[in-house]
Amino acid sequence: MSPDEWTITLTALRPRLLRFAVLQLRDASVAEDAVQDTLLSATERAHQFAGGASISTWVFAILKNKIIDEFRRRSRQPQTAVDVEQEQGFEEALENQFDERGHWAAKPVPWADPQASLEQKRFWEVFEVCISGLPEKPARVFGMRELLGMETEEICKELKLSASNCWVLLHRARLGLRDCLSRRWFGEN
Amino acid sequence: MLSCREETELMSQKLDRPLSFSERFGLQVHLLFCRGCRATQQHFNFLRTATGAWREHHDRDSNSH
Repeated sequence: MSPDEWTITLTALRPRLLRFAVLQLRDASVAEDAVQDTLLSATERAHQFAGGASISTWVFAILKNKIIDEFRRRSRQPQTAVDVEQEQGFEEALENQFDERGHWAAKPVPWADPQASLEQKRFWEVFEVCISGLPEKPARVFGMRELLGMETEEICKELKLSASNCWVLLHRARLGLRDCLSRRWFGEN
Repeated sequence: MLSCREETELMSQKLDRPLSFSERFGLQVHLLFCRGCRATQQHFNFLRTATGAWREHHDRDSNSH
């Protein structure tokens, strides 16, 4: 690959890298930094890139590690008052899905042909809106599990959480997303 | 008998760890009788499908997109 080809390839990847990072880091300027770091590290380590693999997969792997570093750093910081408040509102909304005996307050209904949604651009916008609406902690664990594709064990280790703590956060994230997609996309109620 | 809320915890954990026989059995029995939980199981499973598709879209070789 010539220097020009290298630059063109990385430049073409940039918007996708940025979108990937923004959804998970939830902060445009932090995401921009992570992407810049990624492009620099990729170029510094270009000799390690084995031509056979996809360059996009290789660069994304570098970005994923930068995102995990950032998550690790954030998990050590105390929660802000805004985070705490958002989390409380979220918890309350989740509890309201159930009555006092833990049965459904309003029974969820099946989503009609969800598979077809995957082909619709508008669905992915709603999907990202719903993920961005989750509070920081459940979003972080859900993102590591489902968007970075990590095993629960690894996530617990990186964030220094117990396994049951991880499961609780994943459960809340899924209940929240289920509710959000039902309301905003699948038109339940 | 677990509540719907507790069953949704198991449905979620089923995506993250292997459930024991009694957990799986209890969940299946509950699902037989509970439409709301059956719908929720569909929702949770679809979330897994959707995030998988999202990841693939981003990760995939740039030529294919």
